[in-house]
Amino acid sequence: MPVLIPHPAMPDPRTQRPLARGEVFHVGQPVAFVVAESRYAAEDAAELVDVDYEPLDVVVDLGVGGGRRLAAGPGGDTKDNVACDFTQVCGDLDAASAAALHVLRRRFVVERSAASPMETRGTLAEWDARRRELTLWDSTQAAISIRGGLASLFALPENKVRVVTPDTGGGFGQKVVFFYPDEVLVPFAAMALGRPVKFVEDRAEHFVAANHERKQIHDAEVAFDDDGVVHGLRSDFLHDTGAFIPYGIAVAQVASTSLAGPYLIPNMWVRLRAVYTHTTTVTPYRGCGRPQACFVIEQLMDAIAQELGLDRMEVRRRNLIPADQFPYTRDGLVFADGLPVTLDSGNYHEALDKVLSAIGYEDFAAEQQRARAEGRHLGLGLACYVEGTGLGPYEGAHVQVQSVSGKVLVATGLTTQGQSHKTTFAQIAADQLGVDVEDVEVITGDTDAFEWGVATFASRAAVVSGSAIGRAAAAVREKAIAMAANMLEAAPEDLDIEHGRVFVRGSAEPYVTLKQVATAANPLRYAFDEDAQAATQFAPAFKDISGPPLPEGREPGLEAVAYYSPPHATWASGVHAAVVEVDLDTLAVRYVRYALIHDCGNMINPRVVEGQVMGGIAQGVGGALYEKLEYDDQGQLRNASFMDFLVPYATEVPRPTIDHMETPSPLNPLGMKGVGEAGTIPVASLTISAVNDALAPLGVHVDEAPLSPDRLFQLVQAASEPDAAATA
Amino acid sequence: MTDTTISHDTDTVRAIAVTVNGTRHERTVPVRMLLSDFLRHELGLTGTHVGCEHGVCGCCTVNIDGRPARSCLALAVQCDGAEVRTVESLESDDGTLHPVQAAFRECHGLQCGFCTPGFLMTVTAFLDEVQTASLDEEEIREAISGNLCRCTGYMHIVDSVRKAAETMYGTAKEA
Repeated sequence: MPVLIPHPAMPDPRTQRPLARGEVFHVGQPVAFVVAESRYAAEDAAELVDVDYEPLDVVVDLGVGGGRRLAAGPGGDTKDNVACDFTQVCGDLDAASAAALHVLRRRFVVERSAASPMETRGTLAEWDARRRELTLWDSTQAAISIRGGLASLFALPENKVRVVTPDTGGGFGQKVVFFYPDEVLVPFAAMALGRPVKFVEDRAEHFVAANHERKQIHDAEVAFDDDGVVHGLRSDFLHDTGAFIPYGIAVAQVASTSLAGPYLIPNMWVRLRAVYTHTTTVTPYRGCGRPQACFVIEQLMDAIAQELGLDRMEVRRRNLIPADQFPYTRDGLVFADGLPVTLDSGNYHEALDKVLSAIGYEDFAAEQQRARAEGRHLGLGLACYVEGTGLGPYEGAHVQVQSVSGKVLVATGLTTQGQSHKTTFAQIAADQLGVDVEDVEVITGDTDAFEWGVATFASRAAVVSGSAIGRAAAAVREKAIAMAANMLEAAPEDLDIEHGRVFVRGSAEPYVTLKQVATAANPLRYAFDEDAQAATQFAPAFKDISGPPLPEGREPGLEAVAYYSPPHATWASGVHAAVVEVDLDTLAVRYVRYALIHDCGNMINPRVVEGQVMGGIAQGVGGALYEKLEYDDQGQLRNASFMDFLVPYATEVPRPTIDHMETPSPLNPLGMKGVGEAGTIPVASLTISAVNDALAPLGVHVDEAPLSPDRLFQLVQAASEPDAAATA
Repeated sequence: MTDTTISHDTDTVRAIAVTVNGTRHERTVPVRMLLSDFLRHELGLTGTHVGCEHGVCGCCTVNIDGRPARSCLALAVQCDGAEVRTVESLESDDGTLHPVQAAFRECHGLQCGFCTPGFLMTVTAFLDEVQTASLDEEEIREAISGNLCRCTGYMHIVDSVRKAAETMYGTAKEA
């Protein structure tokens, strides 16, 4: 199956077949496909499939070489287990390190996790043999792209393949990848059997067969001066890509280009090695490499402060990019959109100060002392982040005022998994067009409704589709005003539109409705309703009788199609901080309070934005304290259930104080930046920082996430028995 | 080659009568059929969502004889003679939303909506039981701590529960 994002540094990328042939690379890779009348019968039949496995060497640990080579697969002779070895350089790190007075080296580990949307993946295919038309209802985040893939695979014209993605129960990046095997096998079966065929994963299947993310090991080195100013940053890191690499090195590349975060850091050297293991394939999950990068740089900021005896917030302040230095380009670092990293706007210092004030940083030392006197262990952690959002290549939109209903129809190509797109997009169209938001209907994820565009990923929907919708709606507004000027016998520049009525500014009457304008803009022969009479050839409202009914260069109706292609990613930012309490009896970590500020440029709907940030935090809390997918040395996923892989409940997620900051992006007409992933990025880092702060008197130091109670127990034991430290 | 066939009772069926949302249904079902599958596939009540089928996520929560229960952990035959209510029962015939549904809508208590039916069934049962709007944050979080949500981070769900309690029982007095 295809490598979706080829990269020159990935010479021989391995992808899976719809069904394994010859060799199985991980537990969860499909080996057989059973179609039956009911799910119960299908599962009975699947149990009768008997596979003889000849055990091969299993590589689960993330490491390179050392005799732990993967056997050559049918996809090619994989000489060792490195899928990609790629270095990016910005500035001159060696010179910077030589000039700096201090160099610190640390190893950081962020563990394997998974998106775990509440709805698993599902696919339903219907083949109309007479029309030779395939319809796929699919949980994909990339309906248009998958249609192209299916048309290509089954040698069908694009117009004979329709892909529909109805509202889907969460995706978080996991569902953007195609093809999952069933996305090929289900339509194949439907075509072979001439009947609709459906596959819905159960949770057990989802855990082992739907893609994972996160595991990286960074060997990082930072060079800085006596003031704590960072001159150079190096990371040589391993990225676990699982058994296959269908999405290329996107996750690792985002991590490597996000390592410097919101800091100046002029010199960098980053080497990523994407390593195959006999585990479920790794592709983006909300954050996509950024939580790992944030973890590395923010832990290093703490380490620098500790080394120099400086305040850790002051170290951050001295390194943040000042507000007057945007756009700030990191020459040599190429982001996931194939373009140089250019942070377009922000106000990082103000954000930091606001969060410090909100979390009560100034008084915290005293609070911590009082708590310690009572035998309680409080710690404060903070993390700054940036997020490259709104990636290209492009999205488009069709906006139409329906002439019979008067409703506004908006169609865009990407899909929705719970991000409130229909609300946000309707607001954009309503604002631009001058109609009530209730009168706008938004269609996403249906290739019959709009067939140009890419997918939902990289916090890009509002920025890219939103901009296209804004443009299309503005074009419709312009058309409406031009038509209405004729109908109202007024100058176009004097007209305004509100609540779907076009009127001369300053007097509510007379007016024409957009429905009437849409009808009048469509020269009719038949008067099928009252408004339509006005558009027929002998009706008095029909003014332009000198030329053809539809003048040259004009299109019927009130509609427009527009596209938006960003020049490059727009960079959102934010700062999160928390005070945690560590219970040394249970080793539980509890958030005492949590404060954050985030900046996604101009917000369309603050409550939706808040919901996105909050949802991100909950997944971040999972990544900080609970969610770690654990394989045994035979490649069996040991915790493939919600009983063992702990997704936070309401009792584990704090209620933060949320502050919004709006630094408009100069890159798109509405000044927006994405916010989908933001909340997730800093949580693991700030939580571990807070634990480190709480347990510093015990000599406990954590360089990894997530931190479970049993792992913390080991670290506390090791700190209290220095001899045991080596084995911890 | 070892015999991997597991002995399952795939054939036995039993006649049951279940009252679902006030309507009595008589069906003959395999004894192994889950209540969640019975509701969704036999009765077409797809509002009940199935998230994990091992009783952790709470998406499939319905009400059996007055108490919230996981429909993925119950067999249809266990509900012979029972009164089952699903999320479809909350909305009035005229389309008016239940106060809990209205509150979720108003407070952005759902994003993808997949977990929502389970939350609605849990929260309606909880508010029916406590009969008060005087609820603190921790009580509300405890009440919904059997339901997973992967989208919202729970804050707006907690707000929705508080709002629904106020609609049903009047504004809470300041503590």
